[in-house]
Amino acid sequence: MRYLPLSTDDRAEMLAKICVENINDLFVDVPNHALLKGLVDLPNHMTEMEVEQNFEAYSAKSVAAGSVPFFVGAGAYRHHVPASVDYQIQRGEYLTAYTPYQPEISQGTLQTLYEFQSQVAQITGMDVANASMYDGSTACGEAALMACRVTRKKRIIVSGNLHPHYIDVVKNLTKFTDGVVVDNDPTLNKPENLIDQVDDDTACVIVQNPDFFGNINDFSDLADALHERKKLLVIVNTEVVALGAIKSPGEMGADIVVGEGQSIGNGLNYGGPYVGLFATRQKYVRQMPGRLCGETTDADGKRGFVLTLSTREQHIRREKATSNICTNAGLCTLAFTIHMTLLGEKGYRHLAQLNHAGTVKLKNKLAGIDGLEVLNETFFNEFTVRLSNNAAEVVETLVENDVIAGLPVSRLYPDRPELNNILIIAVTETTSEDDMDILVAELKEVLK
Amino acid sequence: MMNNQGRPTGIDGTTETSNAGYETYTGNRGLAQVEGLIYEIGDTQRTGVDLPEVEEFESCIGGVTRDNEIGLAGLTEPEAMRHYTRLSRKNYAIDLGLYPLGSCTMKHNPRLNEKVARLPGVADIHPLQPISTVQGALDLIDTLAHWLKTLTGMPAVAMSPKAGAHGELCGLMAIRSALEAKGDARSIVLAPESAHGTNPATAALCGYKVKPIPATEDGRVDLDAMKEALGPDVAAIMVTNPNTCGLFEREIIEIADAVHAIGGYFYCDGANFNAIVGKVRPGDLGVDAMHINLHKTFSTPHGGGGPGAGPVVLSEALAPYAPIPYVVMGEEDFDMVEHDTTGKSFGRMTAFHGQMGMFTRALAYMMSHGADGLARVAEDSVLNANYVLASLKDIMSASFEGPCMHEALFDDRFLKDTGVSTLDFSKAMIDEGYHPMTMYFPLVVHGAMLIEPTESESKQSVDQFIGMMRYLVEKAKAGDTGRFTGAPYNAPLKRLDETGAARNPVLRWTAAE
Repeated sequence: MRYLPLSTDDRAEMLAKICVENINDLFVDVPNHALLKGLVDLPNHMTEMEVEQNFEAYSAKSVAAGSVPFFVGAGAYRHHVPASVDYQIQRGEYLTAYTPYQPEISQGTLQTLYEFQSQVAQITGMDVANASMYDGSTACGEAALMACRVTRKKRIIVSGNLHPHYIDVVKNLTKFTDGVVVDNDPTLNKPENLIDQVDDDTACVIVQNPDFFGNINDFSDLADALHERKKLLVIVNTEVVALGAIKSPGEMGADIVVGEGQSIGNGLNYGGPYVGLFATRQKYVRQMPGRLCGETTDADGKRGFVLTLSTREQHIRREKATSNICTNAGLCTLAFTIHMTLLGEKGYRHLAQLNHAGTVKLKNKLAGIDGLEVLNETFFNEFTVRLSNNAAEVVETLVENDVIAGLPVSRLYPDRPELNNILIIAVTETTSEDDMDILVAELKEVLK
Repeated sequence: MMNNQGRPTGIDGTTETSNAGYETYTGNRGLAQVEGLIYEIGDTQRTGVDLPEVEEFESCIGGVTRDNEIGLAGLTEPEAMRHYTRLSRKNYAIDLGLYPLGSCTMKHNPRLNEKVARLPGVADIHPLQPISTVQGALDLIDTLAHWLKTLTGMPAVAMSPKAGAHGELCGLMAIRSALEAKGDARSIVLAPESAHGTNPATAALCGYKVKPIPATEDGRVDLDAMKEALGPDVAAIMVTNPNTCGLFEREIIEIADAVHAIGGYFYCDGANFNAIVGKVRPGDLGVDAMHINLHKTFSTPHGGGGPGAGPVVLSEALAPYAPIPYVVMGEEDFDMVEHDTTGKSFGRMTAFHGQMGMFTRALAYMMSHGADGLARVAEDSVLNANYVLASLKDIMSASFEGPCMHEALFDDRFLKDTGVSTLDFSKAMIDEGYHPMTMYFPLVVHGAMLIEPTESESKQSVDQFIGMMRYLVEKAKAGDTGRFTGAPYNAPLKRLDETGAARNPVLRWTAAE
């Protein structure tokens, strides 16, 4: 077995040193009937080549986004990741390192985390960011819990234009700790009135920008109104490239910003692993969940980095911790940081413009199609259209012609027939003009 | 010069002079290079990507534009490669040496797994693209689920939890939902004193109070104390098995029976599943729910702190309450159930479907080993740990009688009167080229040192580790405290001021005023 170095002779020698006769003597504490007499009912070991062939077969049975004109976004985006990012994250020193609890021999991971926290704080326009959460949706759930801790209130008002999965995660994470989640209906392109729902028991309002349907809002007035009432504003972002073009949540007055960082450095991976971004104001730092990396000095006065403020965390505070999170998205944060460093201010803003420009182009190309109406007045790289036909059926028809046309929102709102004809279309820098023209032609055909 | 194993380390007489005390212009010491932050070596004008020109267009941002400079530092590609390569060399890693971190299972990460996780039909598929276009992915998830159910002897598995603690939350939420369905939510979860911190933290997230159960003198759950604590208000007991002292809970069946007798559930923390995989099925021990850290037992890389994956196997009683989504086999194709139609599922734990990238790696690891290889994984990991225990117990203080499972627990009695603490001892291991073992955990012994070599280590490697440990113990006992109290001396940095870091937190770079 190629991964197991002990030889038969080694095993015999080691058993002798331990003074037992055979390996099962080391399993004596297992109740006798529970120790398996034979092997479990699964195939035996395979060669490297056989395993690889198995996975090539799995891979061949799915349609890779890059192999067809592809327009699905809705919280996960197909961007181009430079080759050097994937090379670096496969270096054994990063890939096979543990959580950096021993700072003297973990400065590589720690310094990259510090760079990550700095970049996330900058792009969100906030004071501090943590070293990542599992993904955007769980970060959003944790933001709701944190807002409840800060305000000592339990009511969470959630925008109807927040990603439906995020709404579900907030509901789930707060359900057994007396959280009260106030739902709203999706409004597509209409403004929402959230401030009137705020009462004394309210902890926070959670909104998304750009929202699930692609609309861009300036939440500055909402932030002011909430702060007057001593409530928190949580702003969610699921397409982090957008923050290279639109006003940051911090500039709008958000108290907590959470986001999905997958777009930078990380592939689609069928939904995970991704990287949850979590940023807040300095005054709330001790209420944050998750790991934090901080600057310090070593015994010689040299600068170094350590995990810090761990008295918030489960391994110290146990049931009084700010969260139960332990493992985070380590390697995905590294991919994010390296990609962001390669972009820099200039590349990040350029990438944002490129995404927006492409999306505007597709919107214009779709303008003349009968049976299709673009609903957004504002958008970044994603917009919502109303079709004359059932959107899920349209998408299925186009799949047969090797086009993946977008997300029929009925997949996420099965109980809202009024949304059956709604489709969300996303464009990134990877979308070519040919892709757009094919989509336009296919939609014309199917909607005629 | 020869080291203690008789291997040459340098030309006689020259090794001690290589690091003479003079300053260098750069601050570098040969290959030990100083590396600044991206903000110190880069700037906002530099970039390492070439992007196509943006054609003229009419903005639809609606005036909500970002006008101020963000301040992001950029590097060109050669600069970025050098920066991150230099930083990488300041890390310890499995690829560099044995990682004896108890309860963390730092085993070899096969590169085949990285390769297959990057296949386009796995890595480049979107979680919301049509189900008809992701049949391979659903097949893969279903196959992994089958392996996990077979290895644990459990009828169901929830795949979406993102890591171990997320899996614990999944299990406890299923338990609470099952109890609430009977109109009996209850309010208490029992957990041994030796439990991971995530156990009580998770119970609190589920609205439960945690009552600690003491350990017996032989390092196991005190069954009498546990029975004493059981009552109609106890929802569950959370037990790690093998436990965090590295021991198999001999009375595990009695524990399960006792909690079942009062209508509660048995949550098993599967962090230490590596010791028994392929040898013992938790389903045969009365377990109702158990998470499996794919980043431990099934070798998905730790990546400096994640990502992990924490699927949870569930008993028949808890399966109806499992979170959405889950994969089912339809008449011809696989399908993904994304909305609860039974009214029983406790809800959604995360956007999308879980850690696909980790599923792929874990399944590749499982297929590579097979039923025969996985049993051998458990055996070799237990053998290596017992070999360490047998080879060190005469000179260090083993906390409990063996045999142990895949990790061996020592405490600091052997350091009594030496002036050397567990922390100092661990830091001296760094100077010997090793990552320290898990220390000060579990909390049930004083100055704990928990050593888990894993099955990835050859006998030669374990022998060197043992030799190193014996050497350090002898030095400590001989009063050679200097090498301990200020250690490490040979790492990229000396001991860091963690107290100062917490007192005055500096958590991000800011431009000088």
